[in-house]
Amino acid sequence: MSAIAPERTGVTSDRTGVTTDRTGVTTEQAIEGSQTIRLAPNYWPFVVPALVVVGAVIVFPWAFTLWMSVNRWTLGQSRSFAGMENYLRLASDPRFWESLVHTLTYTSLSVAAPMFFGTVAALIFDARFPLRGLLRGVFVMPMMATPVAVALVWTMMFHPQLGVLNYLLSLVGIPAQEWIFNARTVIPSLVAVETWQWTPLVMLIVLGGLASVPREPFESAEIDGANAWQQFRYLTLPMIAPFLMIALIIRTIDALKSFDIIFAMTQGGPGTASETINIYLYNTAFSYYDIGYGSAMAVVFFIVIVALSFILLMLRQRSQWIDAEGK
Amino acid sequence: MNSRLLNQIGLFFAALVIVSPAILFFLWMISLSLKFEIDNGAYPPILIPERFAWSNYVKVFEENNFLLYLWNSVLVTGTATLLALLIGVPAGYGIARLKAEKSAVVIMIARMTPGLSYLIPLFLLFQWIGILGTLWPQIIIHLVVTVPIVVWVMIGYFETTPMELEEAANIDGASSWQVFRLVALPIAKPGIVVAFILSVIFSWNNFVFGVVLASRETRTLPVAVYNMLSYEQVSWGPLAAAALVVTLPVLVLTMFAQKQIVAGLTAGAVKGG
Repeated sequence: MSAIAPERTGVTSDRTGVTTDRTGVTTEQAIEGSQTIRLAPNYWPFVVPALVVVGAVIVFPWAFTLWMSVNRWTLGQSRSFAGMENYLRLASDPRFWESLVHTLTYTSLSVAAPMFFGTVAALIFDARFPLRGLLRGVFVMPMMATPVAVALVWTMMFHPQLGVLNYLLSLVGIPAQEWIFNARTVIPSLVAVETWQWTPLVMLIVLGGLASVPREPFESAEIDGANAWQQFRYLTLPMIAPFLMIALIIRTIDALKSFDIIFAMTQGGPGTASETINIYLYNTAFSYYDIGYGSAMAVVFFIVIVALSFILLMLRQRSQWIDAEGK
Repeated sequence: MNSRLLNQIGLFFAALVIVSPAILFFLWMISLSLKFEIDNGAYPPILIPERFAWSNYVKVFEENNFLLYLWNSVLVTGTATLLALLIGVPAGYGIARLKAEKSAVVIMIARMTPGLSYLIPLFLLFQWIGILGTLWPQIIIHLVVTVPIVVWVMIGYFETTPMELEEAANIDGASSWQVFRLVALPIAKPGIVVAFILSVIFSWNNFVFGVVLASRETRTLPVAVYNMLSYEQVSWGPLAAAALVVTLPVLVLTMFAQKQIVAGLTAGAVKGG
């Protein structure tokens, strides 16, 4: 930390040009950083308490998890060093690979559907119409509602005999479904709940993007006779692309990590049909108390999340580069 | 003029269609919570029953220790949020003034990390210290959710507040702490409100930490509701009533503070957990 401090302080003093200071930044620090004899206010004391807390509840658990992952350790039994054993076991664990497939299926569907509906909703809410504020408020509510409470009510609605959803389907002549109680339909059903809950977040991000779009290009496009679809495709879409990308990345991370809804509704069932990595991880660590193996799984899971986010970030940079090239 | 009116009506109905899943869900939730067992089991389903089963709500509080769990939730969310504000607001200020953009990456990584991977080591740690039977493990681990939210929102806020006043105060000989306390903090009040609201919501809704760390006496509301689902066989009315009780404070907050929430979420695009 102290190694970064001089440089940072220097940058600040450069920018602000503050010349008096009585709070104890040493002169050497300021000189070292900016090579001018200016003293900057010291901002590090503001950050230190947060750094300590982040170290205790975020960095320490990470270091500890890494250490546990190279140990053979089931709670209540003795611990012994295992090297890469847990990781090798993971590679040959069919249940883990199955859960990885479930996770990727669940995630791609839970990203695609909210992205589509969220963008449509944002385009609607960007316009002016009566009761817009009220409707937008109601639209945002699912994402704020407690996930467990939501999951509980959806479970009742999915009930094959008494659920309201099968009744609604019967009204339009579609046969009754088993929803979350059938291995074939469980993931799409859970995705429906996830979509219902998280479409508003995509809507809000895209709506923020639409608010920053200038009016003039649309006026000239209208004069040139472009129709609504052309205006959307060639003007709106490129301009909100960075916001769509942010929504895509956030949604991907959240969908990969999804736990509450799946756990409360199916606990990974029926059988293991909806067991994602997160659920399998929970079962390993807190049902079987296999701490070492669970930790290895947590490490691999984190790598999967970071890798996918990284790929998306690269795509984002690439698309910006192509945009710049095109201009 | 006429076509503009038509356009507005069209948009209104389009909005109504896209909002309808939310409206129908919450209406059905209320309906389930106010019906007796016979009405909840009826086919075709009944939306508005002839007799309202207010007793479902009474049952929730009488039979399930719900008042205790409500109090636990208030304590955990309240303490975790206050602690997060206490350390997160100055941190956001410091990071914004230091232009330490890399710290944003740290927060992003905290966001990417699945909650469960904090749980295994911290669970063991709490066991060793011997505080597992108390509310402290949950309060501490909720900081994983609340601190990043507060820091993130506050960085965004302090970056937009003008520097001139602070520079003037500095020249007049105020210490960094005085500048923060007397100049920066008062201007940042709206930002603190946003951070507070988001922190409360995501801490209140958190489930995964409680399901591992809570004992019978230290359950928070989401865990209590989940336990009702697993142990109390299909008794839909009280279950739906319990679900509504848990999520009602958050929904009310959402309704009243919609503007702040939207501002906070779109600025940082954060979600806890």
